[in-house]
Amino acid sequence: MESVFTPPIGKISHISGKCISLNGNDIDTDRIIPARFLKCVNFDSLGESVFEDDRKTLKGRHPFDLEENKDATILVVNSNFGCGSSREHAPQALMRWGIKAIIGESFADIFYSNCIAIGIPCFTLSKKLIQEIQNYIDNKFLFLEIDMKNSLAKTKDLILNLEIKESSRKMFLSGEWDATSTLLENENLIENKFNQLPYIKFNSHLT
Amino acid sequence: MSQDTLFDKVWDLHKVSRLPGGSDQLFIGLHLIHEVTSPQAFGALKDKNLKVKFPERTVATVDHIVPTDNQSRPFKDNLAEQMIETLEKNCLENKIRFFNIGSGNQGIVHVVAPELGLTQPGMTIACGDSHTSTHGAFGSIAFGIGTSQVRDVLATQTIAMNKLKVRQIWCENKLSHGVYAKDLVLHIINELGVKAGVGFAYEFAGPAISTLSMEERMTICNMSIEGGARCGYINPDEKTFSYIKNKLCAPKNEQWNKALTWWKSLKSNEHSIYDDVIKLDASKVEPTVTWGITPGQSISINQKIPLLDDLSPNDKLVAKEAYEYMSFKPGQLIKDTPVDVCFIGSCTNGRISDLRVAAKVLKNKKVSKNVKAFVVPGSEKVATEAKKEGLDQIFKDSGFQWREPGCSMCLAMNSDKLIGNQVSASSSNRNFKGRQGSPSGRTLLMSPAMVAAAAINGRVSDVREFIN
Repeated sequence: MESVFTPPIGKISHISGKCISLNGNDIDTDRIIPARFLKCVNFDSLGESVFEDDRKTLKGRHPFDLEENKDATILVVNSNFGCGSSREHAPQALMRWGIKAIIGESFADIFYSNCIAIGIPCFTLSKKLIQEIQNYIDNKFLFLEIDMKNSLAKTKDLILNLEIKESSRKMFLSGEWDATSTLLENENLIENKFNQLPYIKFNSHLT
Repeated sequence: MSQDTLFDKVWDLHKVSRLPGGSDQLFIGLHLIHEVTSPQAFGALKDKNLKVKFPERTVATVDHIVPTDNQSRPFKDNLAEQMIETLEKNCLENKIRFFNIGSGNQGIVHVVAPELGLTQPGMTIACGDSHTSTHGAFGSIAFGIGTSQVRDVLATQTIAMNKLKVRQIWCENKLSHGVYAKDLVLHIINELGVKAGVGFAYEFAGPAISTLSMEERMTICNMSIEGGARCGYINPDEKTFSYIKNKLCAPKNEQWNKALTWWKSLKSNEHSIYDDVIKLDASKVEPTVTWGITPGQSISINQKIPLLDDLSPNDKLVAKEAYEYMSFKPGQLIKDTPVDVCFIGSCTNGRISDLRVAAKVLKNKKVSKNVKAFVVPGSEKVATEAKKEGLDQIFKDSGFQWREPGCSMCLAMNSDKLIGNQVSASSSNRNFKGRQGSPSGRTLLMSPAMVAAAAINGRVSDVREFIN
């Protein structure tokens, strides 16, 4: 039976699961989800198309096709992951495939914000540590337990100090990463700001 | 930490609150939407039972999926038709102004908003598209957002965001003859790298920037994101003001004078403090072409594709991938590389000045018989102006196909796609693997003038050999 996707909701304080490693710098969002899959009015079917072209090229040898990775939830990547297009379809596709957290050397800005906004924490580690982890995963299974409160990832015999932006960490712990309701709490302040801005009247046709 | 730059002033003005987590809640002055990244946002609004808070601060057009050959409705592609219908319905239901095909104002969102005078100095501008940085050319703070943030802007006119650092990129001297804004920005990305801008807004400044036209400035800011910076801007000056004046949505009468006074007060000045400053000499830039799979992998037209040993350890991994994907040998010249397809268009280089420059190269010349060449104006306005000037005829006489406005083969969401491992000379912004619609298609980014030159010779060429 096919599992039904349930998006994350509320506080995110613990994530545990098997790691999947994807090697390469500057992996862009066109590769994560090619543009032809953006012809949709919802995100539902994106999971199966994640890395579609890279997977076809590798004919079953892509990490996202390997049987042993089928139930992985923590993606380990290199530098500038998610560069390029702002398409949220990219993290949505990863999430719908099964990814719940990403650990990498570095992330592109818009991709990072999109991940936060949909509840995928992105952590960074040094290049050296990432490579050690990736080498390990090449040969053995790695299960991590991520503790958001203390920014730690634990295995049986190893503790990693993960880095994450403090504002992101707090948002995951409070549930505020799902930002709309928090933003709406300041409705009066928003109205005030609108009335204060010097240029609202400049676009007279818009009022 | 930066102080007193245009970025600081505009950010601080739009800050609504400091959120509990420590991010800022930022008011978005102008929100632009299109058919690809908005439908899920409207869906989420409905799910949460929320309304669009300030419908008059959002403006829509349709660009990514539109066919450029036959735009009659319904579109042949059912999915594309479904997307435009969804946008039409969402705009109608939420009272959002929509510039549809045939309105005279449809086009690529980053071409349309400036030519309508919607884009103005001092605004915060957001759009579900990474090339929103384009609007920074007017001294606005403009950046791409994802669909969840589009939802937040619709519902609250604000987003949660951390303030960026500011790096000034000071461009000394001016560009040489036959060298364009595209060459300069490719050069900058190559020098700094594709991730140097992460966490930064780029302020482009200096004599080489001041001498650029507004459309050239848009080309520069457009590609900030290819250098990792989600926001790039240029301080407004007389060129900015005269570009905006008399545009459809520009301030009129006494509002114009108020606007002008305010706009002039926004500029960075001698007291501004930057997190970082980089200086480079624009007169050294030559016509530039990408050879790899990131916009940072570029060389000037007479250079050779770098050897692995010449690259920093960080760049080697992607270089190896690029040699293989592009079928290039390290040390090979980029000049004379045969091309199959030539594409002029996109939010980077689909404006009237881009078409003028390319038409000048193409006048009384023929496109090589081995090349498929087509030009896609950035907007209906650009197309109308080009026809008025007879540019469409010059393109057609040379063998270029003249198309209807849209994003087209920049990202190939319509039927304009590379086939197999074709090589394209493209005036667009991304040479990622598979970007132009074929999983093995190969893209060489260059200026529109260089695309025209490549089309004539059927090979990558130095446009300076075509112009006086």
